[in-house]
Amino acid sequence: MKSDIILAGVGGQGILSIATALGEAALADNLLIKQAETHGMSQRGGAVYSHMRISDRPISSDLIPGGAADLILSVEPMESLRYLPYLSETGYLVTNITPFVNIPNYPDIEKVMEEIRKLPRFIAIDADAIAKEVGSSRASNMVMLGAASPFIDIEFSKIEAGIRTIFGRKGEEVVNLNLEALRRGRQFAEENR
Amino acid sequence: MQKHLFLGVEAIGQGAIDGGMSGVYSYPGTPSTEITEFIQENPLAEERNIHRTWTANEKTALETALGMSYAGKRAMSCMKHVGLNVAADVFVNAAMTGVNGGLIVTVADDPSMHSSQNEQDSRFYGKFAMVPVLEPSSQQEAYDMARDGFALSEQTKVPVMLRITTRLAHSRAGVARKEVLPENQLSLPADPRQFILLPAIARRKYKGLLESQNLFLKLSEESIYNRYEEGAEKSLGIIACGIAYNYLMEHYPNGTCPYPVVKISQYPLPENYINRLDQECDEILVLEEGAPMVEEMLKGFFAKGTPIKGRLDGTLPRDGELNPDLIAKALGKQMFSGYAIPEVVANRPPALCMGCGHQDAYVAMNEVLADYSKGRVFSDIGCYTLGALPPYETIFSCVDMGASITMAKGAADAGLIPAVAMIGDSTFAHSGITGLLDAVNEKSSITVVISDNESISMTGGQDSSAFGKIESICIGLGVDPAHIHTIVPLKKNHEEMVRLFREEFAYNGVSVIIPRRECIQRASSRKRNKK
Ligand SMILES: Cc1ncc(C[n+]2csc(CCOP(=O)(O)OP(=O)(O)O)c2C)c(N)n1
Ligand code: SF4
Repeated sequence: MKSDIILAGVGGQGILSIATALGEAALADNLLIKQAETHGMSQRGGAVYSHMRISDRPISSDLIPGGAADLILSVEPMESLRYLPYLSETGYLVTNITPFVNIPNYPDIEKVMEEIRKLPRFIAIDADAIAKEVGSSRASNMVMLGAASPFIDIEFSKIEAGIRTIFGRKGEEVVNLNLEALRRGRQFAEENR
Repeated sequence: MQKHLFLGVEAIGQGAIDGGMSGVYSYPGTPSTEITEFIQENPLAEERNIHRTWTANEKTALETALGMSYAGKRAMSCMKHVGLNVAADVFVNAAMTGVNGGLIVTVADDPSMHSSQNEQDSRFYGKFAMVPVLEPSSQQEAYDMARDGFALSEQTKVPVMLRITTRLAHSRAGVARKEVLPENQLSLPADPRQFILLPAIARRKYKGLLESQNLFLKLSEESIYNRYEEGAEKSLGIIACGIAYNYLMEHYPNGTCPYPVVKISQYPLPENYINRLDQECDEILVLEEGAPMVEEMLKGFFAKGTPIKGRLDGTLPRDGELNPDLIAKALGKQMFSGYAIPEVVANRPPALCMGCGHQDAYVAMNEVLADYSKGRVFSDIGCYTLGALPPYETIFSCVDMGASITMAKGAADAGLIPAVAMIGDSTFAHSGITGLLDAVNEKSSITVVISDNESISMTGGQDSSAFGKIESICIGLGVDPAHIHTIVPLKKNHEEMVRLFREEFAYNGVSVIIPRRECIQRASSRKRNKK
């Protein structure tokens, strides 16, 4: 098994929470992980990404080679496109459709969506709306993880367990809310793939 | 054994604790910061009462670590690459004095300049000071080197450099911990003159350091971190340093490269392996993160002139980080190159947070500066450096920590009056104080704006060593108290701030204006942690 995933977003959107949940799931599945993160200057509202590599065999490089990512998981639509050179011929792009506008020259969102729709395999999901329905806009990253989960070769129950581990200290209510967010994201992806 | 999912920097922090370290002395700087932060939050470090508070700058950090080593205990000092410029004096001289307790100098380089002014390669400093350098290829090696580096330092009797780069620093992988070693007991150096570099003693010590080079070489040749990997295809031999080894092996998923490979993670260069590679192979490809240091050394190394490929002949780019794709190209491999980035994608550079106090200071400053010609604000390194970009475009320099005040003084000396320095509280404490003393002594016509957000924010909100002391430092240096002003940078105080800037820019002497409001990121994380 091997999943090479690019996580993308804007500094402050918390993409590393997705990485942590996935990391827990992979560990529970006895898989090996390498995960390169962006720290430093770009965390001030700049473009941030993480290379997450999960495999049952030893992983050499901390970075995913170009054209080799099985999945781009982006919490922001324009950011999803920034990493297209990494996407493999058979890879999936899974992105949130709510733009994060903190630059004056943010492009017309319709043009961004047009580019996304050109791809052979993508899921475009309104994670913010689903998160609100579930009860907290802060759960949108878990909706995104759920939407990406059909394309990651890890048992879904292990991902659920990962969420239990990382939100466990915040109480049962928070855990359940995030689990619901995860399931709703997955359901959307399965209905729209 | 249970593995920990550690960032490279965390692996180093854990390794140092497990290696019996008694103190870490550091000044923050990406990508080195989280080593010290990890130690600050570690329960065993707390139980052992390991020293772990931030220092004023890298020079004070390394000097203090050397003092702990003098007293027989194990110490580490961590910094980013440019921090070693600041600590270079003590670093090079510590190689001359040598150590008593083990001393590791951990330096994190930032090739591609993700968060830095340059991409200098610290291995040159290691070679310059003639000390062993460790360069891990994995998080596990980073842990092992931090843990066992103290013993290496005690065995070689010199400081050991642990050099990492951004990717290893900020990438996670499984790390297995080893047995926790005890700390050293307090013990003074056997030779009471070991640390006295008077010329007569220094000459003797230098001869000793030169003689030790043979030992350092032998240790490299026998190091578990260096090895020769056989390969049947001898048209090419590959030297892979540090993390570049992983990028190479990425292309051989079954773990065997067809070409002979010398993996290097300890310097000086293991000559045995390199000589063998030279004898066996027609050409040599050097893969190293940072500058072409090894490549340059080898270019003049072989009598028969084996062709050397790498960053100098264009096989690899001369600057920037390596990655698997660049190495595939160097190996002549074809890869699927992915999709192009569509044109609609706009750059998203970092920016000041909404509501940041530096913004209010810049808005007020710009209003007053409109009365003067452009190009008179010198700045420094911190979040406020983003004031170089639109919509502010207020500042015209960012060179090295502290240079705002001294450059403003030099420009004022040249006749650019008024000249203005814009500096943060931590940068002022790090390297601004001495420059301000120069300006006071010469009554220079400069205005120093110390934008005090009570935090070291650019690197994530660490404690600033000048906290609560800035006015008294300025008064102590001799700045006229009538020309020291403090103001809260908020919209409601805009007019007042404009008035202060206008008056002090016109004043013919040194003045200091301190806009002071806590960094909003730091304030919110402080509140979160309280909950
Ligand atoms: C010699 C050196 N050490 C460390 C750094 C890393 N660094 C860049 S900005 C910064 C913090 C500056 O803090 P401050 O001046 O208070 O400004 P703030 O970011 O809080 O606005 C540090 C430590 C550096 N660039 N150079
Ligand atoms: S982190 Fe703090 S100092 Fe930096 S831009 Fe944000 S509010 Fe300003």
